[in-house]
Amino acid sequence: MRKYFLWLVLCCAALNMGRLAAQEAPTLAKDPALEARMMGIAQELRCLVCQNETIAASQADLAVDLREQIREKLQQGETPAEIRKFMVDRYGEFVLYKPRLSSRTLLLWGGPFVLLLVGLGVLWRTVRQQPPEPEAPMTAQDEEHARELLGIAKERE
Amino acid sequence: MRKGIVPLAVFIVLVVFLGIGLTLKPRELPSPLIDKPLPAFSLPQLSEPQKALSARDMLGKVWMLNVWASWCVACRIEHPVLVELSRTDPSILIYGLNYKDKRDDALKWLARGGNPYRASLSDTQGLVGIDLGVYGVPETFIIDKQGVIRHKQIGPITPEVLQDTILPLMRKLGA
Repeated sequence: MRKYFLWLVLCCAALNMGRLAAQEAPTLAKDPALEARMMGIAQELRCLVCQNETIAASQADLAVDLREQIREKLQQGETPAEIRKFMVDRYGEFVLYKPRLSSRTLLLWGGPFVLLLVGLGVLWRTVRQQPPEPEAPMTAQDEEHARELLGIAKERE
Repeated sequence: MRKGIVPLAVFIVLVVFLGIGLTLKPRELPSPLIDKPLPAFSLPQLSEPQKALSARDMLGKVWMLNVWASWCVACRIEHPVLVELSRTDPSILIYGLNYKDKRDDALKWLARGGNPYRASLSDTQGLVGIDLGVYGVPETFIIDKQGVIRHKQIGPITPEVLQDTILPLMRKLGA
């Protein structure tokens, strides 16, 4: 399977080279493999213009430019980690949808677990505070009373 | 009585957090470039495209780099403030970065509103803008004599921002 995949990649590369030779530099956007890799990285980056969208999804001018930057950098052989660093160096940690674990993001990463622990603590306390109350055994009087009530109920039926 | 304390405490904590959330300005992100050297660039000047200006040319000066564009709406609010500043205090060095603009539009815009800039640099592709982490025009950088970015203003410079933040900082840096 892996061998097959390698051949496929090589064939694609060969085809591309042919294209490069045949015509002037085709735009990289037409290379689906590169486009997919670019989108993979862009999906983890926040667009700074419309802050609830990824760079992959945003139509903002800046997002279009940054997608082009990612394409160029991938073509130059940069790794996704290097590209992420490029973005963080310019726009800050805020661009990462998946923030790195650091002293500043510790609360962000650890918060849910702290809340879970608090919840478990509350649950533990609540469960422990209500021991099943032992029921007092019925006295003969109680039994007489109960029988009386049942009797009344039967008569009413 | 004791039963009511826990929900009350939770409520107060919640109100405090929401209150802090309301005062945050998510549009104004702290720039990682503060206290870092200005990224190297060399760009043609807007008025004389055959002449280039680079970041290194500005070493030894305290200056303001204002990112603007003719298509930018908020720049219209800011522009008169800068024009006024260039008239009243010519010792303040204002340079422009004309960001992703057409040269003709930019020149027309300056002819109409006045030109407060010693020079404007044409960043037609927006690549220097990316290096500067520009995401919302107008933005303004204050750069010290060593070529280090000391302050970034996001959004238009109002007279208050100018008097309270930018001018005191530039004077402190030796402008």
